[in-house]
Amino acid sequence: MLWDGQMPPKFGVEKVSNPEDHQGTRRDFIYYATAGAGAVVTGAAVWPLVNQMNPSADVLALASIRVPVEGVEPGTQLTVLWQGKPVFIRHRTGAEIQEAKAQDAEADTFIDSLARNENLPETADALDENRVMPSPEGEGDGAWIVQMGVCTHLGCVPLGDGAGDFGGWFCPCHGSHYDLAGRIRKGPAPQNLDIPPARWVDATTIELG
Amino acid sequence: MGGIPHDHYEPKSGIEKWVDSRLPVIGLLYDTLMIPTPKNLNWMWIWGIVLTFTLALQIATGVVLVMHYTPHVDMAFASVEHIMRDVNGGHMIRYFHMNGASLFFVAVYAHMFRGLYYGSYKAPREITWIIGMLIFLLMMGTAFMGYVLPWGQMSFHGTAVITGLFGAIPFIGESVQTWLLGASAVGQPALNRFFSLHYLLPFVIAGLVIVHIWAFHTTGNNNPTGVEVRRTSKAEAEKDTLPFWPYFVIKDLFALAVILAVFMAVVGFMPNYLGHPDNYVEANALVTPSHIVPEWYFLPFYAILRAFDNTVWVVIFAEWISFGIIDAKFFGVLAMFGAIAVMALVPWLDTSSVRSGRYRPMFKWWFAVLVVDFVVLMWAGAMPAEGIYPIIALIGATYWFAYFLVILPLLGVIEKPMTPPATIEDDFNAHYGSKAASGSSAASPAE
Repeated sequence: MLWDGQMPPKFGVEKVSNPEDHQGTRRDFIYYATAGAGAVVTGAAVWPLVNQMNPSADVLALASIRVPVEGVEPGTQLTVLWQGKPVFIRHRTGAEIQEAKAQDAEADTFIDSLARNENLPETADALDENRVMPSPEGEGDGAWIVQMGVCTHLGCVPLGDGAGDFGGWFCPCHGSHYDLAGRIRKGPAPQNLDIPPARWVDATTIELG
Repeated sequence: MGGIPHDHYEPKSGIEKWVDSRLPVIGLLYDTLMIPTPKNLNWMWIWGIVLTFTLALQIATGVVLVMHYTPHVDMAFASVEHIMRDVNGGHMIRYFHMNGASLFFVAVYAHMFRGLYYGSYKAPREITWIIGMLIFLLMMGTAFMGYVLPWGQMSFHGTAVITGLFGAIPFIGESVQTWLLGASAVGQPALNRFFSLHYLLPFVIAGLVIVHIWAFHTTGNNNPTGVEVRRTSKAEAEKDTLPFWPYFVIKDLFALAVILAVFMAVVGFMPNYLGHPDNYVEANALVTPSHIVPEWYFLPFYAILRAFDNTVWVVIFAEWISFGIIDAKFFGVLAMFGAIAVMALVPWLDTSSVRSGRYRPMFKWWFAVLVVDFVVLMWAGAMPAEGIYPIIALIGATYWFAYFLVILPLLGVIEKPMTPPATIEDDFNAHYGSKAASGSSAASPAE
């Protein structure tokens, strides 16, 4: 029981508090207060030891990078490391864009019907137009697609440049096939390739993060 | 100790008395070493010594490897090559440490299946069993983190896959994974902390080993009959037991010598047989090895992890009943840890009144299938996850759970066990004749 607000008995005048005495006493109050303070102090001491394992300031500082892409010709792919993970930046040819749009027609067979694009609302559909980056000036729609090079199954790095049954990417670890818009079409992976936050800072530079 | 009546240490000389009255450490060592041990123990009771030796081997070789290793992403791989090529005898020290991990798991699996067959986990030895399971978990954690340190391709991408398991936890998975790695992907923070923990955990294991020994020295050893040592008098107890030193120490050391001969042959002539060539390629975040496989000792549990994909009806049912919170990926993770959890709970799942599998005619067969199942899972785990292999892994995983959750509880009710011998002495005499028994009891230091 907690302290009931009564003043403690005085020595020699009234009964002295005793551990066997189960009425609320000053001793009980001190006991609970000490145990409570001990628990709080222990927690306060442990928390920094747990929190030090979270990403440090320098790791967080690398959260965004700028990638110059003027050398990436249509039909080729640049792979860069962002936050320790590969990012595929693909410059698609006109034929690739057309085929990716044609693959939109097979939407009812998609394993994952969401765009998984961090630049769009979560509910966006997995259409090609929701997977590509907005094009810089002077270039047709859908020329650039930027996505994480991390298979959504167990995190292997898929092979690119038209690999797999759908002309896009293929993960050699457990056989996941992605199409030209990075959508999972066949194999054990549950989701389309993730699209990281990305934007154009000028006509030839993409900022990730 | 042990509730088994036996002689205790009496300090004799002046100096012994002086020490004993201040710190009774000689008495503690004496009682530990002279503990009465059932005299019918067979060759499956040697693994404890092998494990103790291996722990010491790993700590000794590990401490010296750290003198030459650099836990930095740019230097770790090169520092391991430096150990292999430049450090005096470094390649042998590293090969001992590498293959020592395999020896450790060979011994621990033999030790565990010994316990499962002879019912060593049953009352009153449940705490010994639970401590043992904790040691097993720590061993797996330590081995995994040690495998990351050479910073090869398997180290790197294996870490991504294994920490990805924690990422499968609903809602908090991603934060947990980031917290474990200290970044959103495997890199310097992960390497550095795994190095720290890889150095720490063996000492935690050593502490738990002492508790493990303390626990079974309190209850006394189990033995192949599962019959308890008679404890009513010292004379009776001495008919069932012999002191650990010298009888069992010498026997165990002989077994250790035989096992080490095989171990030395592996280390000397085929040190990389159990490893993967991909781990001699430096870690590269941009390329994944085409076939990621864990070390052999993780394969049975890896097979269980991969067995449950989204075409298995239990997985579909779990996903439906949990409103999609438990997806196939998380289900696999639960199954893998569950496979170890059911083993930890076996003292309460086995309902049979007879302890040793030797006297359980039906149990014997189910147990034999479990051993085969373990080997099959190990094999299936090494195969690519396509074609027939996931189905084999699924059948294997199902049997694993069925054995612990269905077969063991039911067998205790259905089975008619045979009658074990009345005493350990009877069992011993049946094997060696009472003449041998009286001969050995004359040789024992009975007073």
